[in-house]
Amino acid sequence: MSEPHIETPQELDDANARPVDEAVPTGDAAVPVGRGVRSEDVLLEVDDVTLRFGGVVALNGVSFSLRKGEIFGLIGPNGAGKTTCFNAMTGVYQPTSGAIRFQGQSIVGKKKHEITRGGIARTFQNVRLFPEMTALENVMVGADAHHQTSVLSALFRLPRHWREERSGRERSIELLKFVGIMHRAGDVARNLSYGEQRRLEIARALATNPTLLCLDEPAAGFNPAEKADLLALIRRIRDTGVTVLLIEHDMRLVMGVTDRIVVLEFGRKIAEGTPAEVRDNPAVIAAYLGVPTDAA
Amino acid sequence: MRGIGVLVLAVLAFLLPYAGSIPGIGPQIITQGIDWPSALFNMSYYVLLSLGLNVVVGFAGLLDLGYVGFFAVGAYGTALLTSNDSIMHTKWAWIAAAPFALAGTMLAGLLLGWPTLRLRGDYLAIVTLGFAEIIRIVATSTQTLRGDRGFTGIPHPPGSFSDGKPIFGVTDATPYFWLGLTVIILVILGVRNLDRSRVGRSWLAIREDEEAAEIMGVRTTKFKLWAFAIGAFIGGLGGVLFAGEQGFVNSQTFVLQFSILVLAGVVMGGSGNIAGAILGGALISYIPDRLRGISDPFFHTDLYEYRFAIFGVVIIVIMVLRPQGLIPSRRRAMELKDREKEVAPL
Repeated sequence: MSEPHIETPQELDDANARPVDEAVPTGDAAVPVGRGVRSEDVLLEVDDVTLRFGGVVALNGVSFSLRKGEIFGLIGPNGAGKTTCFNAMTGVYQPTSGAIRFQGQSIVGKKKHEITRGGIARTFQNVRLFPEMTALENVMVGADAHHQTSVLSALFRLPRHWREERSGRERSIELLKFVGIMHRAGDVARNLSYGEQRRLEIARALATNPTLLCLDEPAAGFNPAEKADLLALIRRIRDTGVTVLLIEHDMRLVMGVTDRIVVLEFGRKIAEGTPAEVRDNPAVIAAYLGVPTDAA
Repeated sequence: MRGIGVLVLAVLAFLLPYAGSIPGIGPQIITQGIDWPSALFNMSYYVLLSLGLNVVVGFAGLLDLGYVGFFAVGAYGTALLTSNDSIMHTKWAWIAAAPFALAGTMLAGLLLGWPTLRLRGDYLAIVTLGFAEIIRIVATSTQTLRGDRGFTGIPHPPGSFSDGKPIFGVTDATPYFWLGLTVIILVILGVRNLDRSRVGRSWLAIREDEEAAEIMGVRTTKFKLWAFAIGAFIGGLGGVLFAGEQGFVNSQTFVLQFSILVLAGVVMGGSGNIAGAILGGALISYIPDRLRGISDPFFHTDLYEYRFAIFGVVIIVIMVLRPQGLIPSRRRAMELKDREKEVAPL
């Protein structure tokens, strides 16, 4: 119950093992890791990423890195480039320039499903479940990410099909319990309440067995009680060993749960640090209060 | 219980050639202008085609208007390997040619699937339409595929009775129907297994939100290609059976309206539902055949001449009364409800 990630599939073990051999030496030489972070602690590195859409510069030379096991906040006013940054990290957009490395390996140009299987899972700002599938089936799609059942073994019901179908179902049920919506397992996703849909998205993302879970404004539209529940859930996810990246513009929520924060404004990084440091940063205050500033 | 019900249905299906002997309703059921076993065989390959198209359109949500192309590839593949008219001069037995013809259709499925991976909805429909037309035009105008003249002397399936008469003869289509039915049952089992597995879940996820599916780790390319290949394989099966029964294949069989008809069958029966696809496929074959040999009371022409008009009315009535199909897929019905707003904005 408390540790839904105990069944780490083979590939993920491999993926975890790789960067230690390859990435550390090259990573040290090529990319200085800022702020005294030892490179072996770095899980994801966004390195001088610029992303343009035509004439619009959505991200402008943004760099930051996530450490293993932390809850990391990416905040900023509306339109600051948070979701764009997120999309670049999950393969939806390709950066115009710059590099994104996950566990030491570049993920730029990789297919979305490869990135997911490599260990980055995400939720969506506007919930994107499979609306006509049941809650359980939604989570099972996530669990399938690491399954090996081929079309032929599904066609002839070979042992692998049964084995993975059973383990996928068990794990999905476990995750539905973990996020607290097991009682809705048999209902189609569209009939779930908004809060339940958000939780279901988290369960589906966790089912892909991520090393890094990216939550895009998971508390949007939540009341204070629901927000408090969500904070508790995020902490529990971190406690299972998953690194969490949280996009939010609700400052109070972010301050309460994150270990470190990066603040974006107009596609640039304007601040980075602990919640306390960021809160006292004049550029951040200016950005949030709308005072004109040159600090960015 | 459910298993017994299905078994009873299967046995009843095998007894269909004798439906005319049912007292009372029997003579009303069977066709008049075409012998009943032949009509049943026609139904069997239409059912195969709608089962296959249901995988592509119903499960994976890829709108394919050129499905007849695979039927053609299966039939021509058989013809090329078996017929005396073929430039290949292999003159194989039907049963030997079948696996190669089927491999050919799967390859054709991949050939169509690969360049169209990025297309969806209307755009995909147009390209698939073009694919079927290419096959038809190539068949019509190339020497190798013999156009209208077609291939004659395609051998029938093997086997003979103890008295030396072949099981699959030219006078009675009943054995062909039984063969078709056996193939259908195997296909149903296979398709059902796929539907209730990781593969079916992946298709469903792709149909509902392709990008979200990919971000959740679904190999969308792979599963879309599989949908095309499996759909093509089943369509090819129909073509191979068709060639084996008719003994003759030419380019007139594979016209565009054939594709549209099968798609109409799938939609009418209930897209995304195996039972619906079977019913739809059977109806699109049965209705026109049933109209054969009946004269209208005013002009005394064969009602078969009006088959498209009558058929059109039937489709319209069904679609008005049951837009989700006769045996709807629960999910598809919900998706359709979402789209009602698009169709008729209030």
